[in-house]
Amino acid sequence: MKKILSLLALVLVISGLAACSAEEEGTAETIKIGVNLELTGDVSVYGIPERYAFEQAVEEVNAAGGIDGKLVELVIYDNAYDQAKAVQNTEKLIEDGVVAILGSATSGMTLAIAPLAKDNGLVVFTPSGTNSAVTMDGTVVNPWAFRACFIDPFQGQVLANFASKDLAATKAVVMVNSGSEYSKELARIFEEQFNKNGGTVVQTASYADADTDYKASLTSIATQEFDVLFVADYAKNAGLIIGQARSTSGLETVAIIGPDGFEDPKLNDLAGGAANVNNVFFSTHFSTLSDDTQVSDFVASHAAFTKAKYGKEEVPSALTALAYDAAYMLFKAIDNADSTDPAAIRDALEALESFDGVTGDISFDEFHNAVKPAFLIELSNGAPVKATIVNP
Amino acid sequence: MKNYLNKRNLITFALLLVIFFVVQFLIKEKIITSYMRSNLYWIGIYIMLGLSLNMIIGITGQLSLGHAGFMSIGAFSAAVALKSDPTLSGLFIGIGIGILISLIVSFIVAVPTLRLKGDYLAIATLGVSEIIRIVLNNLSITGGASGISNIKMLMSWPLLYVFVVLTILLTHNFKNSAVGRACISIKEDEIAAEAMGINTTYYKVIAFMFGAAIAAVAGALFSTTYYIVKPDSFGVSTSINILILVVFGGMGSLSGTIIATFLIGLVNIVLQPYAELRMIMYALVLIVVMIFRPQGLFGSQELSLKLLPNFKQNWFKRKEKSS
Amino acid sequence: MLEFLNQIINGLSLGSIYALVALGYTMVYGIIRLINFAHGEIYMFGAFAGMLAITVLRLPFFFALIFAMVVSALLGVFIERVAYKPLRKSSKTAALITAIGISFLLQNLTAMIMGNNTSAFPQVFDKQVYDLGGVQINSLQVLIFVVTIILMFLLQFIVLKTKLGRAMRAVAVDKDASVLMGVNVDNTITITFAIGSALAAAAGVLIGLYHIRVVFWMGTAPGLKAFVAAVFGGIGSIPGAMIGGFAIGLMEALVAGYGGTLISPYRDAVVYMLLIFVLLVKPSGLLGKNVKEKV
Repeated sequence: MKKILSLLALVLVISGLAACSAEEEGTAETIKIGVNLELTGDVSVYGIPERYAFEQAVEEVNAAGGIDGKLVELVIYDNAYDQAKAVQNTEKLIEDGVVAILGSATSGMTLAIAPLAKDNGLVVFTPSGTNSAVTMDGTVVNPWAFRACFIDPFQGQVLANFASKDLAATKAVVMVNSGSEYSKELARIFEEQFNKNGGTVVQTASYADADTDYKASLTSIATQEFDVLFVADYAKNAGLIIGQARSTSGLETVAIIGPDGFEDPKLNDLAGGAANVNNVFFSTHFSTLSDDTQVSDFVASHAAFTKAKYGKEEVPSALTALAYDAAYMLFKAIDNADSTDPAAIRDALEALESFDGVTGDISFDEFHNAVKPAFLIELSNGAPVKATIVNP
Repeated sequence: MKNYLNKRNLITFALLLVIFFVVQFLIKEKIITSYMRSNLYWIGIYIMLGLSLNMIIGITGQLSLGHAGFMSIGAFSAAVALKSDPTLSGLFIGIGIGILISLIVSFIVAVPTLRLKGDYLAIATLGVSEIIRIVLNNLSITGGASGISNIKMLMSWPLLYVFVVLTILLTHNFKNSAVGRACISIKEDEIAAEAMGINTTYYKVIAFMFGAAIAAVAGALFSTTYYIVKPDSFGVSTSINILILVVFGGMGSLSGTIIATFLIGLVNIVLQPYAELRMIMYALVLIVVMIFRPQGLFGSQELSLKLLPNFKQNWFKRKEKSS
Repeated sequence: MLEFLNQIINGLSLGSIYALVALGYTMVYGIIRLINFAHGEIYMFGAFAGMLAITVLRLPFFFALIFAMVVSALLGVFIERVAYKPLRKSSKTAALITAIGISFLLQNLTAMIMGNNTSAFPQVFDKQVYDLGGVQINSLQVLIFVVTIILMFLLQFIVLKTKLGRAMRAVAVDKDASVLMGVNVDNTITITFAIGSALAAAAGVLIGLYHIRVVFWMGTAPGLKAFVAAVFGGIGSIPGAMIGGFAIGLMEALVAGYGGTLISPYRDAVVYMLLIFVLLVKPSGLLGKNVKEKV
């Protein structure tokens, strides 16, 4: 026993010394911005595009001379969708002397970071954490937490209203991923709003996150009479559902609607071919269809950036666009604040009005949620044919 | 009446105090930074998890892959309790509830499944852990799939230290008690133990419940350290991470588990930028250790000077199972 | 009634996949008493191999299927030789933990090499839907049934009618006696792994074709469920694995179709509970034999 303890003491000291990483001295010439993202694990498909966007934004702003003459430097840590790592990364970022933190991509990790950021006076700005609790500290707003996206409740309402008004739907079926907070929240808000609009949800079918076979649920749904099928999930499941629905008798042509999770270059493939993706509608933050030249410029510049840096041309997704906007909003705030004092940056960020981003015109509401339009996209033969802007 | 105030115990106690105050001092003087302290918390919590799993796997020889399930019970109990009472008393109530639920669930699980052997037991415990996770995913009091966030952070060095030392004491005493010896005999040769009149089911269940209870405490501490708990954090990979600590340190060796946790904690820090490599490295650790040195660092022995003389011969000898 | 029949069809196609994977588990367990935790990852590997065979090597589907089966068989053999063979004399715990390690390793290697994102298996066949008086069955489902049945008959033939099969059965009953009878145990075990892996790969390719999504974590859930199927049908029994596979598939389909809002979220939990139930009540499963433990 004694030996265990002496060893413990010894190992403690050694670990302590070994864990001392060299303190990075931020020169007066650089502004360090921390990035805390999900870069490994199956959730990395959300974190990696955001990383690319941040990096592109930094490269562009530095090429133009930086902010107030100072170059921006990103300090990037991977939390691997583990809250312990997310918290440790944040501690490290604080030590590294960052002036603000960008990230994470998921609500879960952002929720792990927010309290610590608040206690240490650093802005934490998530491009895509859509869970309502992210910017809150209990029932009041967390003054240091911001998000660049609209929240799930807003999206749920947009979709319900679209179903009721544009699709004249009175009966809906909802498919919900029982392992996803995103899916469950959306399904709940959708049903709430749809009911308010006078409609009824005739059936709710649940499935597991890793499922590939939805035929059983779809066969059961096909026996119902309804107008619209709401699939509250990401393309990795929604794509499969769309494809399997189209080959289920009774569901070949029914209108299918979904949230921003539908936005994925692989949607058509996962659905078994573009021919299956008809009468599909989804809400999103960003549309490559937009007439805005800002958008088409971004699509081109992102492809060029990722080709140059990573050897592969990437098409920006909603997450990429949101992250890009978040980065630039932060740069603008730092510029407006004329200082690298985190509190000043926070105030400047809060005060940003009508920021003109690739995802639209963005302002913050009193809960630090982005107030911005949603895009309702219609897909026909796998291609977006119509984009309706829905203002808040 | 045994004399608890003997020289050995007094020295141990003194050492305990020294370590506590030295680290406390280093923290105060910011020599141990907030970041390092965060890592220390992780190491402490996982030491508790590793030691408790070692009770089940290393001491009693029952391969349980469901440890994360019990950790989650404690984590959510504490999270819910802290929501109503965000103070230390709330935390302790949460720990109490967590232990209670964990004991009940582990009992229900253990009595029927511990009749199973090796492989079947492993899968059954895996199944149990998954069932717990799925239930938590759908329970509204635990926040469903989103879990519970904004948990009051009450973790501190003193709190961590007290619990880690308590765990070491409890597991050490367990291992060296009559109950522990019965468990070890079950691990060595269950049929012989049964033949010697040891009620194997009874001891297996005791060890299992003991391990589960400590895992729940560790889970509770986890929730008050990292602000948010969600069911997904307590899946199969977490159980495997804890397993790696036990295997690497030596199944049956408490000091082995402690050292292994420190080493893995260090590796986590060093390999931070290479996250994918880290995962592959863990997998390789499991495989390589099992093939070349299945007894891990210390086998079932504790750290002691006796290990040094026969270093060369003994280190790579695999234990042969008699056919 | 119609809906019920359609759900049966759904369950049977799901079940075929589980059956193919369960066969691999049962064969390996029968011969060396090891639950090959990495089996689900072989299934995943097979799916990727098939996908790459079509997209990169431009092979037609059936050649891609053969290619995937061969490559996966080689992988299975490699794993057996490198990781499991050295542990044949060690404790079961050691072997099991190694298998877990291999499973982990394969998943993360695949994530690193193929990326974390989902991939889509090329849809090389046009899906035709046949309507038999209201009961729907599509051409892919037919393909899966047909391939599964053929492979199973092939397997039964090998096991019952060939010398190799006799050797496999002998080693499963008594390894030491087989050595004395002149059976090359090492080779027999290796070939068993090869066949089991090939079957899992076939399942992977079929699922890739049928359900399109191929991703590094796709082997975990089917692997676990196929294991439940193997245990349910009687671990070590080949017909048992087939029956078990179909049974689990049907059960899942019925729970999903009729479970409603209350039960369908717990669909996976039901499968695990079935496992625990079987292990407690009749661990030898439906067709397994009760093996008394000799001291």
